[in-house]
Order: sequence, then structure tokens, then C-alpha cells
Amino acid sequence: MTGKIVAVFGNLVIAETDTRVVQNSVGYCVRSDGVRLLSEVVRVRGNVADLQVFEETRGLKVGDEVEFRREMLSVMLGPGLLGQIYDGLQNPLPKLAGQVGFFLQPGTYIDGLLPDRQWAFTPEVAPGATVECGDALGSVPEGIFTHQIMVPFSWKGTFTVESIAAAGEYTIADDIAVLKDSTGQSHTVRMQQDWPVKVPLNVSRRRLMPSEPLTTRVRIIDSLFPIVRGGTYCIPGPFGAGKTVLQQITARHAEIDVMIVAACGERAGEVVETLREFPLLIDPRTGRSLMERTIIICNTSAMPVAAREASVYTAATLAEYYRQMGLHVLLLADSTSRWAQAMRELSGRLEEIPGEEAFPAYLESRIAAFYERAGAIELRNGKIGSLTIGGTVSPAGGNFEEPVTQGTLKVVGAFHGLSRARSDARRYPAIDPLESWSKYQGVIDPDKVARVRHLLARGNEISQMMTVVGEEGTSTEDFTIALKADFFDNCYLQQNAFDEVDGATPADRQRVVFDKILEILDLDFGFDDKTVARQTIVRGTDLFRNWNYAASDGDEYRTLLERINHFIATKGREE
Amino acid sequence: MRKYFDDITRIAGNVVTVKAGGVGYDDLAVLTSDRGESLAQVIRLDDREVSLQVFAGTQGVSNNDRVRFLHKPMQVPFSDALLGRVFDGSGRPRDGRGPVDAPPIDLGTPAINPVKRRMPDKMVHTGIPMIDIFNSLVESQKLPIFSVAGEPYNELLARVGLQANADIIILGGMGLRHDDYLKFRDAFEQGGVLGRAIMFVHTAADPVVECLLVPDLCLAVGEQFALQGKTVLVLLTDMTAFADALKEIAIVMEQIPSNRGYPGDLYTQLARRYEKAVDFDGSGSMTVLACVTMPGDDVTHPVPDNTGYITEGQFYLRNGRIEPFGSLSRLKQQVNGKTRDDHRAIMDGCIQLYALCRESREKRDMGFEMSEWDKRLLTYGTLFEEKIMDLSVNIPLFEALDRCWAILAECFEPAETGIRRAIIEEHWPKPLT
Repeated sequence: MTGKIVAVFGNLVIAETDTRVVQNSVGYCVRSDGVRLLSEVVRVRGNVADLQVFEETRGLKVGDEVEFRREMLSVMLGPGLLGQIYDGLQNPLPKLAGQVGFFLQPGTYIDGLLPDRQWAFTPEVAPGATVECGDALGSVPEGIFTHQIMVPFSWKGTFTVESIAAAGEYTIADDIAVLKDSTGQSHTVRMQQDWPVKVPLNVSRRRLMPSEPLTTRVRIIDSLFPIVRGGTYCIPGPFGAGKTVLQQITARHAEIDVMIVAACGERAGEVVETLREFPLLIDPRTGRSLMERTIIICNTSAMPVAAREASVYTAATLAEYYRQMGLHVLLLADSTSRWAQAMRELSGRLEEIPGEEAFPAYLESRIAAFYERAGAIELRNGKIGSLTIGGTVSPAGGNFEEPVTQGTLKVVGAFHGLSRARSDARRYPAIDPLESWSKYQGVIDPDKVARVRHLLARGNEISQMMTVVGEEGTSTEDFTIALKADFFDNCYLQQNAFDEVDGATPADRQRVVFDKILEILDLDFGFDDKTVARQTIVRGTDLFRNWNYAASDGDEYRTLLERINHFIATKGREE
Repeated sequence: MRKYFDDITRIAGNVVTVKAGGVGYDDLAVLTSDRGESLAQVIRLDDREVSLQVFAGTQGVSNNDRVRFLHKPMQVPFSDALLGRVFDGSGRPRDGRGPVDAPPIDLGTPAINPVKRRMPDKMVHTGIPMIDIFNSLVESQKLPIFSVAGEPYNELLARVGLQANADIIILGGMGLRHDDYLKFRDAFEQGGVLGRAIMFVHTAADPVVECLLVPDLCLAVGEQFALQGKTVLVLLTDMTAFADALKEIAIVMEQIPSNRGYPGDLYTQLARRYEKAVDFDGSGSMTVLACVTMPGDDVTHPVPDNTGYITEGQFYLRNGRIEPFGSLSRLKQQVNGKTRDDHRAIMDGCIQLYALCRESREKRDMGFEMSEWDKRLLTYGTLFEEKIMDLSVNIPLFEALDRCWAILAECFEPAETGIRRAIIEEHWPKPLT
């Protein structure tokens, strides 16, 4: 199954062939020096196939050979994925560095799983058992998890276990079971299986309504704009508003099992931060390195653009695989705009009729299909697994009225809009409390949340008014409301990501602090002078800020709480 | 025997299409016309038709001029002999001295494997408080200076270049005015760094396409020095000229424009260059500082916008000052926790207060009564601008921090600064009550 190159334009190659060509199947463009460049068929017209090449096309010539494969672009699934750092096509980057050095050489590909590693397999079914695709045949320990070895997801129908390997050490390529299908034919199962990245992987009894809060320990998220296990959310924001820092904090503190970070077309420097820091960070819940439950997919902006398009799918597939084991997975995609731009680049080269801002017409449906891969599912064994997807969006000019942001907002369950004004004023995390929304319920009682949101909106109105009529034209009552709104912003919504205590607030502490703040917000201070009002609220802010910095249940925490209580009891006259 | 192709089928813009075979994508060619020889690069292969972007432009090219393919990508000779030299956008000497005889290296090498990068952690001291305190520059950072034409961005660039203490300084000029080029040269000469500087200068008078190669030349050379363990600083000005040259070629190639005529792959094109900034694990580093002029002072213009998403922060230069709002160094957290314990507190505190000061100014300008608090904010703003923000201020970091404390103490009570008590107790310059 070969063809010949007839045209090269950027990462698009057009090849003529007289063999069968499958849409979205894999092809290799063979450079005259023998290097084979991985590609994907993106369009077939008569005997002409268009391929997007996942590498730089430098040096390809008209007349060079193209090899066509039948299979679609796939990833290798099996034990040993956790802790890995892959590029967008599941090549392990540390291994590549060992082989080819500082630079990524086109045409160098390495299997995503270790071929020689021995895994301690424990069988969980006996010969004669009836199984279906996705059922566990046994398990191996992988770090802190029990990694289930499942019947390949692509196998249709029911099977009878003919034989199963005894407990012992096996590699991913060893046969661990033989299954007989209904026609009596035997099939061998190994620990490793392949799955095409662009096809959602979901073998379950049913999809559930996502409702269990996913705590990120970021107060503004958990309390005001919560996310749930199995839900979706997006973080659009102009550059410099703190998207990436927010993603990194979430990756560190979110209460989930498996964390998948897809750095898609973003800065290499940020990935390096994750790469270097995660192994050193100790996960408070397991006492082990955070890296043991993390997979990093990184296709940074300088890496070939077509692989960037594939990288989010690679990440989603790996995430779905762990969900099949009844685990809770969080996939952070940074940034979906770069992924959309990769589609736009290709679409332009294919000379498709452009939609808005030259994005392809199918942009929205692709975005929707990607987020739909999230979800909480009940597996056939009754266990519940979930995949939560959070994507950042980098809108051009920070303007949310652009196709990628709009396409995303239609399909996600929560919207954390970052604002330039807030980040300029160093109010981090710069999630805009007035514009953002969430359809999920979080750790704080919704009635209380509604009250503070009302206060924030009212405070904003008054502040706007004050810029027109001035402080002197505002009643002390309104002035106090504005001060209280600002107080809530300062003491609760803002969080210092670089402080050990303030940077991560667990759910129960959030409830305590929130209630205490409500006491202040509900308090009738009875101010009759604006200067006194400001000074009092400033002192209150100072108290709460220091309280946020105090480690839970330390002496400082208790002393400050006493002072706060006294502050409330005396209506702010004393501490 | 040299093989020539002379069946030129199309000459449009700076692109020439010639019928030829056996040509590799991205390969280099030489186009010979009555005007002399020009380098050209393959930008599209379509059956027998090969499209070339011609670096010297296509003026005077005829449909039976000759093209010879070199069967190699663009290269530049590399050795220590480059130091102190000046070249043009095609890599030809511009200083009247002979060509450099050294083994060539390819331009546009593959991406760096992220796992071979190390975490940047060395602060670059510039003596400019707005950078050192508020947005520290870090070795291996890629950072643009956003400004409008007319701001002293080249002066700022040169000053950072001189004070940054790099082993090698590489200047890439794109669409540079000739006197700006001379200014850079003089600044480097006076600063005594000319001997470790290399300049690739494309002036506004040179063919537009030649400017496309300038970043690649600078970065390829810089990368090699970094691989030799050197600390390299690359200064690029002006990247908007580079983007405009890309736009020109894209439109001639009939690519569908995405935003204001710029090609859809502008982000990728810029990223491939900026991402060359690196701190190699076990070798040297390359820092990239670039000027991006914003047409109409519009940061949402595609060039600054895409740049902002690629680079690790940005400096806004406005009214001769580095703006504290919007300016950002994303890597500052890597270094500013290790300088002095009050660095971060001052960084946040001073800016928050300065933001409040601007609000008060707005109120004042609209004719509202100034409260006592407003008045203090106004005093603070004036002091802060004079003693810290002014670009002429040239003091080391610790002195600048102390100066900030003095200003704060002059204007505010400790609790009003929003700075944590523990830090206040240690650094407040006046006795605490």
C-alpha cells in the first residue's frame, strides 16, 4: 500500500496512489534519506490522498514514497502510562532525549510503554468465566493504583475464558489469557492494547449525572464556581491573566486519582516547570510523589503543529482508559485555542471554505465532541469512574466574542472567565466573579452563595456609580456595601498561590471561613462616617488575610480567630 | 555539472514559480537575473511547479531567468570569528570585511526536547527597578517589549543588552532604520561589548523578504553558542516587521488570511522562533528580548496578541516608562523568592497601591473631592513614579526595595499597605506603634 508524493505545502502532503486508503489512517512519508515521517490521511479525492505530516516536511520531494497503513492513529494502553512524559503522539520524551539528545529529530518514534518491564500479574477470573470487552481479567499494581488488565475494548460480543496466566511476572507483550468467542475462535489477550485516539473510549453500563464536587482548593472555584467529577469547564482569558498558574495549582491540589496534563501548543517553559516540580511534590493524600498519578502530554508551541492537533485526543484517550478502571481522572488541556489553531492551519492548507476568523466550519462540533468525552460512568462491575475536562482558551485580543470561546461556552458546565482588569490589579486568581458561572453545586450552600453574589453585583454597581457621582455623592449605607463587597473579594476570592497555606484551602476550611465572612457581611456596623468605615473594613481585611495565611489549628490561627470574633462582637471597634 | 532551471511560470510579489524536479521542501536555491544573484527558498511543491520566495525580491526577474537548487536548507557559517561582526539578512557581511570561513550550521533546527530544558532560576539584573523588582528578567526567558513607534524601545533594548552581563550578545534588526543600527553599534562600542556581539541587520532599505531570515540567523547562531555552554542574549527588533513580511508572502501564496490579513499560522511561526529561548540542561542558555511595535497602540493587534501568548510575559513601554499594569514577567516567581524576603510583598503591595492611586487620579480629574486617603494615594503615586518608575533610575535591586519601603512609610500606615504583618515588622523603616 504505497503512493507517491505529488505536492508539499507546509505540513500538508498530497500523494497519488492506486491502493485502498482509509480516512484518518496512518501513513508514512519516506524522505529520500530513508527517514519515515508519521502522517495522517485527512482527505481522499479519487486516487489522491491528502496527509497532514506530524513532523517538519523539510527535505520531502515530489516523487517520494508514501506508505499507507490500515489502522487509525492510535495510542498504546497498558500498565506503565502513569508518570510518563509524552509528546502529542505518545513518544516518551525522556527516552527520546536519551536517544537523540537536545533536539527532537523527525522520524524518531519510540513505543509509549516499556517493553521489558515486568509487572506482577494477579488473575481475577477463572477459566470458563464469561467476559465482555472492558471486563477485568486480572490486575497489576501500578504505583498507588491497581491497574486492571481488561478485555480489549474493541472486541465485540461475549467470550469464554479458555485459559488465564498464573500469578507472576509478565511483560506487556506476554500472553496473559486466551478467550474463545461465540463462534469458537480463540483470541489471545496481552496487557497492552491499542485504541484509536479520535474515537471516544467508553464501555459502561450507563452515563451518570455528574454531581460530586471536585475540590480544587481554590476558594473562588470551589465556593462560587464549582466543578464536579465528570463535568467540564473552561478558563478563557487574555494572556497574562494567570490561566497557566491556575491550571498548575489545580493540577497540584485537585482531589482526584489520576491527573493528565495536556500542554497543547503552549510554552515549553511552563511544561518544564511541571516536569521538574511534579516529581518533587508530595501528594498529601498518598504521601508519594505527585508524578506517580500524573501523565504529561506535551506538544509545545515549537513542536510540529499537526501533532498538536492529535495531542488533546491522545490525552483524552489515556484519561478514558484510567476511567475504565473506576478511577477519577482530571484532564487539563492548555490551551484548546492552540488546538483549534492547528485545525485552522490545516483547513487553510486544504483550501476549505473558511468560517469565522478563518476557523473551519466544523470547529464547534469538534470542540463539542472533545468535551463530550468527559463524564461520570457506571462501569459494568458497578464501580464509578469519571473524567473531568478543563480546558483553557486563549482568545485573540482577550475578546470572548470569538469562535473558540463561544464554541466552548456552549458545551461546558462551568465558565471561569479571567479578567485582565483583575490581574492588572493583582487580584489573583483573576477569575471574574461577576461574569463567571457554573451549573454545578459546590461545597457552600447555594443560598449563601447567592447572597454573596448579589452583594458583589450590588457592590460593583455602587463602585461604578461612585466613579460618576464621587464618594461624597454616595450614601454611607451604599458606601458600606461597596466596602463589604471589596472586603469579600480581598479576603475570600483572592488567594496567594505561592503561599503554602493560603494557596490551598480544603473544603471544610472554606466552609468555616465563608461563614465567618458572612457574619461580617451581615453585620450592621452603623457607620456614620466614611473614613471610619474604610478604616474599620481595612482592619477587618488585615485580620482575615493574616488568618488565611495561618496554618489550620495552629496557635496563630486560634489567636486570629479570637481577634476576629472580638472584632465582630464590638462591630469593628476593637480586635 | 550544475543544473539550471529556466522555465519560470509565475512571478508575483516576492515569489517565483519555476518548473523543476528533484527539489526538497525548504531547500535553498539561487536565482540569477540581470540584477545579479539572489538566494531563494522553496515554500511550495506542486507536481513540477516549485514556488520560491526570493530574498532580494523579484524586481527585474524575467520569465527565463535561471534557478539553481543547492539541495540544502538555509545555513550560516558558525565559529567564534562571528564575534564583533555585522551581517545582513542573508548572512552576507555588512561591515566591509570578508566572509566568515567556518563550517555551516542549518537554520530552523527541530524543536528542543522539553525534558532537556532546565528550570530557569538565574535572575538577570538590569538595574531598572521596574524590571528587577516588579517583573524580574530571568535567564532563558523570552520577553517582548510592547510599544508604539516613537517610544525609546531600542534604547531600552540596548541598555538591557549592556547591563545584562551575557557572554554573547546577538542583535537581530528587522526593518531597522540605518541610524538606529548605528546607534546600537555605538552603544555596544561605548559599552565595550562589541567584541562579544554579533549583529544581523536588515534595514528598511533592504528587500523585505530578507528580514524573514534575521530571527532564524540570530537564533541558530545563539543556539550553537548556548550549546557550547555560553550565556547568550538575543535582541530582536522589530518583530512586527518580521510578521508583516510573513503576511506579504502568505498573501502572494493565496493563503486564506485569518486575522487582518495575517496567515493562520502566525502563532506557529512566531512560536518556533521565540521557543528557541532555552536554558539547556547541562549547557548554556539563550535569552530572547524582542521589540514588538503595536500598530495604533493596540495590544489586540494580531502580532502583539499572538506574541503575548507565546512569550513569558511582556513589558509595556509607554510614555518612556515601563507600565506596571499589563507588564509581566512570568518567570519572576522562579527568582524573586530567593532575593530578599520582602521582594514579593513589595512587588504586590506597591502595585496595588499604585492602582488605587490611578483610581484617585481619575476621580480628581473628574472634579471630585479628594478624601484624605485619596490625597495620600496621590502623593504616593507621584513619589513612586519619580523614584522608581522613571527609566533613568539605575540602582541595584536591594537599594530599590529599600527605596520602596521609604516611600510607603512616608505615605501610609503599615496596615494600609496590605502587606503581611511579619514582613512589615522586619522592614518598616519607621518605629511601629
